[in-house]
Amino acid sequence: MYRYDDIDQHIVAERVAQFRDQTRRFLAGQLLEDDFKPLRLQNGLYVQKHAPMLRVAVPYGMLSSAQVRMFAHIARKYDRGYGHFSTRQNIQFNWPKLAEVPDILADLAKVEMHAIQTSGNCIRNITTDHLAGVSPDEIVNPLVWTEVLRQWSTFHPEFAFLPRKFKIAVSGATEDRAAIQLHDIGLQAARNTQGEVGFKVYVGGGMGRTPVIGKVIREFLPWQHVLTYLEAVLRVYNRYGRRDNLYKARIKILVKERTMAVYRDEVDAEWASLVDGPGTLTRDVVDGIAARFTSPAYRALPKDDSELKTYLDADGAFARWHGRNVHAHKVPGYAAVTLSLKRPGVPPGDVTDVQLEAIAELVDRYSFGELRVTHEQNVVLPDVEQRELHALWREAKALGLATPNIGLITNIIACPGGDFCSLANAVSIPVALAIDERFQNLDYVHDIGELDLNISGCMNSCGHHHIGHIGILGVDKNGEEWYQISIGGAQGNNASLGKVIGPSFARADVPDVVEKLIEHYLEHRDSPEERFIDVVQRIGIEPFKRHVYGDSDKKQAHRARQLATT
Amino acid sequence: MATLIKNKRIAPDSWQLLKPAAEGGLPDVPVTGDWLVPLAIWSEQRTQLSQRSGRNGVWLENTEDPRLLALDFDKLALIAVRFPKFTDGRGYSIARLLRRLGWKGELRAVGDVLRDQLFYMTRCGFDAFALREDQDAQAALTAFSDFSAPYQPAIDDGVRLGTVRAESKTAINTLSPW
Repeated sequence: MYRYDDIDQHIVAERVAQFRDQTRRFLAGQLLEDDFKPLRLQNGLYVQKHAPMLRVAVPYGMLSSAQVRMFAHIARKYDRGYGHFSTRQNIQFNWPKLAEVPDILADLAKVEMHAIQTSGNCIRNITTDHLAGVSPDEIVNPLVWTEVLRQWSTFHPEFAFLPRKFKIAVSGATEDRAAIQLHDIGLQAARNTQGEVGFKVYVGGGMGRTPVIGKVIREFLPWQHVLTYLEAVLRVYNRYGRRDNLYKARIKILVKERTMAVYRDEVDAEWASLVDGPGTLTRDVVDGIAARFTSPAYRALPKDDSELKTYLDADGAFARWHGRNVHAHKVPGYAAVTLSLKRPGVPPGDVTDVQLEAIAELVDRYSFGELRVTHEQNVVLPDVEQRELHALWREAKALGLATPNIGLITNIIACPGGDFCSLANAVSIPVALAIDERFQNLDYVHDIGELDLNISGCMNSCGHHHIGHIGILGVDKNGEEWYQISIGGAQGNNASLGKVIGPSFARADVPDVVEKLIEHYLEHRDSPEERFIDVVQRIGIEPFKRHVYGDSDKKQAHRARQLATT
Repeated sequence: MATLIKNKRIAPDSWQLLKPAAEGGLPDVPVTGDWLVPLAIWSEQRTQLSQRSGRNGVWLENTEDPRLLALDFDKLALIAVRFPKFTDGRGYSIARLLRRLGWKGELRAVGDVLRDQLFYMTRCGFDAFALREDQDAQAALTAFSDFSAPYQPAIDDGVRLGTVRAESKTAINTLSPW
């Protein structure tokens, strides 16, 4: 966990003062609505359907128990008793009052937190692998590097008014758990033959209206040059990225329109003026930032705990949870644990003040006071002793945080959707709840095996539907909510974009369609090991399409029904 | 008329802004007085303009290439960059490039220039600001001290990430990035 020094603390205090003054001027009529809007957005404050929404930054998804308790306090004092973990490892509060936001920011500053650059056309919160620093497949620990990037991008004077938002993700492991190929910049930490750290740089990935898998712009960038190189990438984008059309303003469009070869040349030409200049990182600077991180005081433990084995043999429900929600750890005797925030009747990612307090308590007792937020809207206790897993499971279960569904169909990822968000075309949460209700038989859910189901309420794709094995997108047809369904999307090293299976469906039909897709998968898998996504990749989407829409008569009937309602 | 802030103080402004004529033609530049002219006029009439008795300045649109001025720095007393909307951030990069090219003179932000962007503009190399007409210039002066210690290197100070804070960094523990 990174701990602020006096300067970090001073910067957030100055930000609170700055935003307090801006809010005061706005409320006094001295700051025009249009002039205030970009300022409040760069402080994570949206104007939503019911009230403003405040998005609080959780840098690279890491939280201390004290910070989690502060969320509980904010939820109680300024909100309606709950918060919402987003797909970008942040937390959102849906009901604050504008005039109180400076006070919320002041409370956050007390626990080394802020809402800086969580929205707006600037460099957003940097995200990373939720198992950073603990996963056995890690090549380079990305945490210090993400903090280096956080500091560099915070209040970057040149890149606060880019053509569009700009997202950077970092992975340091063999398996990409940070979806780096779906970010404006993705950094894959690696080592050269001398063992020196560097980054493979992807650029131009993203979801939204035009989903694109990022392409490699540089195979190996030595660590010293990461900031100057990113500066070149961003400067070229800032100067030439499109500003005439909101939907064509992301860097992916610039790269596409210019071609990667041309864009790379432009970046290299700009970089030539920056390389080895004042933005070059030195070992002292990186070590100075590294020194501000606490690292857990692990105990020397045997690799496999014998007590754990006894529990696994004796308790089937525990074993099932262990199979889904417990992850390998690079330190012997430890494990990382996902507490699932997904359970029947609860919107994905929502968490109450009481749960937040309870989570903080668990984190203090079982995981060195530290927590991670995942882009799948769950939380991870990264450093749990294996011998304590059973006790943790019992406590988590009592709190409703032990649904054994990580990687399964009921671990639904969804944006807040039309219930809250003014951008949405359709609701997301009721669809998630209806699907979840359909898949309540745990044996069946486990039999289906690994399946990512993602729901977005509009093309902005905050629910990451493009990379869901099953992706659901809310669309508006003459004022009515319809849902377009795609299959074959995937995150990770072999990221791919889902393909739409056909005409969209009414909300009530969505659970049936999902069930049909699952039926078809179960019929066609060659073994329980072959996952839904594997079958889609093997046989293609056509057979699924036919199974869902039936023969052509039925297809016509579906179309007719669709027409009748439009 | 827009109030000018120069070197973090309200300052008198001797400069007049020449805009292209409505029909797109290039207007005549008066022989006397300090005139800020569009890049197109400067490129066209560089020689004649250099013989004027008044001083010359050029203002750039944020789509124009600042390198086109690099050989003329010694003939100019002012360069300005226009912000058509304050949310259009191209001008920040133009400013940094002008400073990198070696422009040492006054670099002025004109157009939709507001109090809340002055801090960033300064860090990118602007030292003069023709504020949008509705702005309270006196109040805007406080914007230069919005933040006391920046994180990243920029034009104004040449700090390196982290070095400014080397003193205050007491180690707590260390997580290896290597």
